[in-house]
Parts: sequence; structure tokens; C-alpha cells
Amino acid sequence: MATLREPITPAPGLTRPELRKPRTNASISGWIRRFLLSNNFVLYLTLIFFVVAAIFLPSLRTPGNISNQLQNMYPLLAVAIGQTFVLILGGIDLSVGATMGLTSVIGAVVMAQTLDPTFFDKSPLWGTLMRPEGGLLAGSDLAVPIGVLVMLVAGTCIGWLNGFAITRFNLAPFMVTLVTSTFFGAFALWLTQSRNISGLPEAFVNLGKGDLISIYFGAKLTSDIARREIYSLITYPFIIAVGLAISAQFILSRTVFGRRMFSIGTNRRASEISGVPNRSVITRVYMFSGFCAAVASILYSARLAIGQPSLGGGNLLLDIIGAAVIGGTSLFGGKGSVRGTFFGVAFFVLLLNILNAMQLSPFVIDAVKGLFILVAALLDITRTRLLNREVRA
Amino acid sequence: MTPLIEVHELSKAFFGIAAVKSVSLSLNVGETLGLIGQNGAGKSTLMNLIGGVVHPDTGTMRFKDAPYAPHTPSDAQTAGIAFIHQELNLFTNLSIAENIFISQFPRKGLLRSIDRGAIRQQTRDLLASVGLDLDPDIQVDRISPGERQLVEIAKALYQDAALIILDEPTTSLTARETERLFTIMGQLRSGGKALIYISHILHDVHHLSDHIAVMRDGALVAHDPAANFSVNRMISLMVGRSIEQLYPPRTSTPTTDVALSVKNVTTAGIVENISFDLHRGEVLGLFGLMGSGRTELARMIFGADAYDSGTILVEGEPIKKPSPRASIRSKIAFVTENRREEGLLMGIDIANNISLVSLPDFARTLFDVVNQSEMLDSARAMANVLQLKSGDIAEQPAKALSGGNQQKVVIAKWLLSRPSIFIMDEPTRGIDVGAKYEIYSIIDRLAAEGSGVLIISSELEELIGMCDRILVMSRGELYGEFPRAEFHEERVLRAAFREQDLPVLPVQEPSSAPAGKEEV
Repeated sequence: MATLREPITPAPGLTRPELRKPRTNASISGWIRRFLLSNNFVLYLTLIFFVVAAIFLPSLRTPGNISNQLQNMYPLLAVAIGQTFVLILGGIDLSVGATMGLTSVIGAVVMAQTLDPTFFDKSPLWGTLMRPEGGLLAGSDLAVPIGVLVMLVAGTCIGWLNGFAITRFNLAPFMVTLVTSTFFGAFALWLTQSRNISGLPEAFVNLGKGDLISIYFGAKLTSDIARREIYSLITYPFIIAVGLAISAQFILSRTVFGRRMFSIGTNRRASEISGVPNRSVITRVYMFSGFCAAVASILYSARLAIGQPSLGGGNLLLDIIGAAVIGGTSLFGGKGSVRGTFFGVAFFVLLLNILNAMQLSPFVIDAVKGLFILVAALLDITRTRLLNREVRA
Repeated sequence: MTPLIEVHELSKAFFGIAAVKSVSLSLNVGETLGLIGQNGAGKSTLMNLIGGVVHPDTGTMRFKDAPYAPHTPSDAQTAGIAFIHQELNLFTNLSIAENIFISQFPRKGLLRSIDRGAIRQQTRDLLASVGLDLDPDIQVDRISPGERQLVEIAKALYQDAALIILDEPTTSLTARETERLFTIMGQLRSGGKALIYISHILHDVHHLSDHIAVMRDGALVAHDPAANFSVNRMISLMVGRSIEQLYPPRTSTPTTDVALSVKNVTTAGIVENISFDLHRGEVLGLFGLMGSGRTELARMIFGADAYDSGTILVEGEPIKKPSPRASIRSKIAFVTENRREEGLLMGIDIANNISLVSLPDFARTLFDVVNQSEMLDSARAMANVLQLKSGDIAEQPAKALSGGNQQKVVIAKWLLSRPSIFIMDEPTRGIDVGAKYEIYSIIDRLAAEGSGVLIISSELEELIGMCDRILVMSRGELYGEFPRAEFHEERVLRAAFREQDLPVLPVQEPSSAPAGKEEV
């Protein structure tokens, strides 16, 4: 209908103000600015950090350590991606840890090949879903695919519940996910009476450490190579986590859904007025977060070869949110990227690696971790201020 | 007589761009200076220099016959300068008395506890001097914006300020509150206080000031006794050339096709049995005082708020489940009264702001992938049509734009969805004269191309300047209808105040004013 093809006439007497040219920075301060403002800031920081630390801690640069640390990244990356989505909306998902624990238990109950009565005869599932000869589908060929599917569905359902409560009853995400976290965390512990379920099928365990491409640095003509001299490079967790990251980045930067996430995170009311289906977007984002937590749960459970009710406990939530924040995701919503979170996870894993290599006590390690999250938040504020100046000047 | 404050060749640049260029001004005790200029003319920077918020690059100031160079806002406060901002600086969770004494509570006794009795008594006296009869213990969030403004002035009086700077103090005030503020300002002036009054409402400035200073592009372009100014001259000085007309000529006349039909819309206590038609090609004005229900009605028509009963028809089709999404499907656009909170995604780039409503139109494949280049092209074309003054729209966030250009972004966003009905709530609020003219041109063009435009405004002049017909709302009811030929400022206002018996609209039952409702 209304199209307005030709430019309107400005009020008489008004001329277009000249737009300012961006300043060119040849100086050192200019270099620092560009470094601070780069999208790859955290990546550079991680690399510098690694090079410096590797000089003082030789154990850091052994191929074994590098390969190991890369493998440590993937599960954390998976769950942090979901959290990044929720944070971009301006929400928070505190229930991912509990989701991981519960889905880990559920998967194990489906897949376990044998269950020890002395451990589990007090479990409410004993005799029905859990028997001495194993879990629900013990021994079946379909045990692993169905087990994995059930885990993903369970995680997504918990996410849906979060999203439903938040959008339908207008509850604060912090409150809702704190409640679901407490509830499902306790539920997971109750199901197994706080025991880990072992005896998971080989095909599942393989998801956690199966190699596709590995590297061997030793002599060429040896006929048998020791396992510990082979370093994993491309593994199943790599494929799964990186595949998830690429899909997530695609959703975020290329699709209508991604744009709407940023718009809701920036201004929920303006989005609503502009016809953004807020409720549906928010609900789906929490579902995605639950899904990602389930993926992380699969990777961790497979790697540990157990179903562990306390899987996402301890300080994991701090690591997840910390990695996202270090990667530049704002806790106030409207800002964040999968790439940033990827770098944030890498930084976090490296930091932990260094602190461990320095043989510090766990207490010191946690304190330092907290400190780094604070520094990251402060740096983010500085960067935002610089960026704002850039657009205003 | 030595002036109270003297500003001598003050300059300030931000990032190499001059915000204030060699400005010299003086103000005597007991005088009011009106300061006007377009947004970005340097008024705020000049006041911030005086208030110690920013520091001058060159130039000097004298205050009370002594050199004055404040480093912080509290230096300015100590010296005797009070700054009353557009956004008030009261703590809404504290009482009036606490707010007034916040910087220095009187103490008593061994424990150095706050002397509540003393501050209560002093506060009562201070409030009386600004004509407020309020309990000093009332929490500030329970009093109206107008009363808060006066509390700020009471606070300035307590600090014994000799110079009080008021920056757009009437923006959020009702007509009556504004009147009261002006009375108090008159009293302050005769009591020997010097005032600097900044406002976009030129009539007020002219009426209140002894001298008027006009700023343009950081420089002082005129500084004369108020008697030497007419509103027209003020505007031409602000824009740098005379604007013959504030409003562009209307280039079309309305058709008789009904675009939007509102039938018996009622929400208890807010709007009562509202019915009217909006025609294609018509610019329909909706006038009402604050609290008359005009904004609420607009929100109901768009589906942003629910209504109890009634029907809204677009092109004869009723909207069944009202919601913003349903309205957008029916080709209604809604420019809200509140750009910052409901109109724009401030931190997000202009292009994504412009494409927000019609985002699905740029997505075609299975995964709803946005066709970025097509989206940018459309957004750029729209920005060009509206003469948006911005940097790269794919990079620059909406918050980096001036008020007028922000409003253009909101309009561009809706234009892209090709609406046939435009609802605009206070489309020119807080934007300067030049940008207003451009917004009016857009409105005229929309009507000429066959859209129905409903403008809600508290500025009657603008409605008279632009509309084909004006509806008047009062206490939730439609209380008058004026076709263009019968436009008469006073009659419209009287209808809004219900001070005159006027021909009643056919659909409306007379004398159904709900009792006990707050008059504005």
C-alpha cells in the first residue's frame, strides 16, 4: 500500500550534516584499540596466554596434553552454546547442570547392560526399568540409538518446561530455572539413590572417545605403536560439538529466528509491538538449551562410561556461564556469539589446564577462575565503551 | 551591576568536533534566560560546562564576581548552581525529606543520628515555598512528575542556589502542573534567583524569559531581550534560515473508502464506547489531554493492549484475536509514543531495526534464512526515501542517531511492511523543528498514496496543521469532532476540557461520564 518511492523533501533551510570519518590509528594506542575491539580478541588472548605459559610449563606443550585439552573442550562447548542462546535472549538457564545429570541417568537406565542389585535395589525403578540383567533395552541393538534419542528428548522437554513457565506465567527465568534445577537434580539423585550406573554399551562409550583421525609422532618403521603415543585429533565428540556449534552459529547469524532472538534480548516490548512472536521464540530457545545440555550429557557420560546423577554439579554452571561471558556474551541480553563462546570455552579449558599444571590447590584454582570472569566482564564493559565511542565519533 | 554569572568565550570539542564554539553569555540576578536550539545545537554541553559535568577546552567563567571553574557537579552545587535535568534525579525509593537532605543530613545527639524532626520541619517549609502541600515522609515514587519537579526546585532552594538551570522541565507534566511550575518560576525570579530555562516549546520560552539565547551548531547566534523575538524569528534563527511554514502543504484529500472502523470499543475505566471510521487517504487527528485515554485507545486498536468489548474492522473484516501480530497481518502500523522503550532496538544496527517487522519477507528457504543483501537493499532504499542522516546503516546502532532520525527509523520499519493504516502516537515528540517538518511530509505522502493515518498528539497546533479531521477525547469518551473547515484551537481545547456543549457524535450516548474519575 504505502510505498513512498521518492525521497521526501527536507525542511527548507536544512542541509545534511557531514558525516565524520573514522579516525585512522597508526599509533600504539590505535593498535591496542584494534586488538581490544577485534571479534577474535579472546582467541588472541588465549593464544598469547598459551605461548607465554608454555614457556614456563613445558608439560603444557606436549602433544598428549594438547590433545587431551581439546577433548576437554567439547562437552563444555556443547552446553555453553545453549546457555549463550538463552543469555542472548536476556534470560539465564540455571537448570542445565541438573538436566545433564538427569539425562545421564535416564540414558543409562535405558542402555545399561548389567545392574548390581546391592547398589540399586533401593531405587524406585528397581524391578521395573532397572533389573539385574540391565536397563530397559539392555542387549538390544537399538539400545544406543534409542538411549541417545531419549536423552535428547528428555533434555528438550525440561527446556520446554522452563520456557513454558517463563512465557506463560511471566516468571523470572532465574527463578524458574533455579526451581527446575533443584527439582530435577534431586530427582536424578533419587532415581539412582545417588549411585553412578556403570556397564554402558561399548557403542555408546565410543561416542565419548572414538577417534576418526589421530596423530602419531614416533618413529615410522615400528610395527606396534603404544596407545599412549597416539594422539586423538578428530574424534566423535569433536564432530558432534563442532557440528552443533556450526548449526547454532548458522541459526544465530543467518535465520529469522536468530534475528528475533537478538531483538527480544535487546528490547522485549519493542519486539512484541513489531510482531515478533516472543513467547514461541523464548520457549524454543530454552528447549534448545535443554537439548544442548543433553548433548553435553551424552559426551560426558560416554567419556566417563557411566550414568552419573551429579554430572552437572559442582562448579560446572560457573564454567558454562563464565565461558559464555568471557566470549563476549552479555548477561543483559542482546549480545553474544557462538564463535565468542567457542573461544571462551577454549580460554577456560586452557586456564584450568595451566592452574592444574602449576599444581595449585583446588581452592586457589576456583578463586582464580572467579577472578578471570570478573576481568572478562570488566574488559567487556571497556570494549563496549570503545565501540560506542567509535559509532558516535 | 555585575552579572551573577559570566561565561567568556567558552569552547568545548568532543573528538575534534566542536560542541560549543566560543560562547559568551551573562545573566543578572533575578533574570530568566531562555536557551533554545535544535537537538545537538550545544545547549546541553553548555549547561554541562556550567554544571561542572564536562570541562571547557578554552574560555573562562565568573560566578558571583569570582573566577569559577568547577571540576565536578558537586563543585557547582557548592558554588550555588542547581541543575534540574529533564530526567529527574530524585531517589524514588526515598522520602521527599530524605531526597532534599541527601547530601548533608543534620545530625543530633551522641550517636550522631539523623535529626528527623528537624528535616521534616524544614522540608515542610521548603515545600510550602514551592506551593506543595505534601507530607515530607511520602516516598517520591508516590508523587506525580510535576510534584517531583517542584521537589527538585525545593531541593535547589535548600542548597541556596543562586542560579537554577531547568532543562526541558515540562516534558512529562500535565497542563496544570506546567502552569504551577511557571508560577513558582515567577516567584523565584522575583525572589532574586537567576534561572536558565531550556525548552522546545517556544511559546513558553518567550513568555517566561527576560532574555533569549539561540544556539546553532555550537555557536550562539542570537542573545537579545525576549521582546525582540517572535516565535517565527526564534525558529528561523534555530534552523539558520526562515521556514515559511511549519507544516508542508497537504497534497491530497481523503476518500470515502473506510480503511479502519472502530465500533463501540470499551474498556472499563479507560475508554468508553468509542466508535469512528478512518478513511483511505485521510489524516485523522486524535486530541486529548493527558489521561484522556487517547494513548490507551491507540494501543487497543493495534492490539498491544486488550479491550473488554467492541469490534475493530480493517477493510470491513473484523480482527478476531487482537494482537500486534494480527494487526500487522491486517496491514496496520503503529508508531508508539515511547521510541526508546517500545519503538527501537537501541543497541542494534539501523538495518536490522528497519527490517524487524517484515523480516519473514526476506526469508524464503527451508530454514528461514534471511537474504541479507536483499534486506540491506530494502532498508537502504527506505532510509534514502526518508532522508535518514546516518552512517552505514548495517553498522551504526539506532542509539547513535538523533531523536528525529530515530523516529524515521521507526517509520521506515513500518513502511517496509507496506501498511494501509498508520497509527502514530506523538510522532514528533522530542524532535527538532527540521525533523518535524520531514515527519509531516511523510505523513502527507502516506495519505496521498492512499493510507489512512491516525495521529495522536498533545500538540494541538500540529493536528490543526496536518489533519483533515480532528476527534477529541475526554475522560475516555469521544467528545467532539471537527472537520478541517471548522478547526478552531480554542473550541477544540474547550471540548477536551469539556467546557463547552458541542455537537455530540452520533454513536455516542451523552452524559455518560463515569463518576469519580481523575481529571487531568
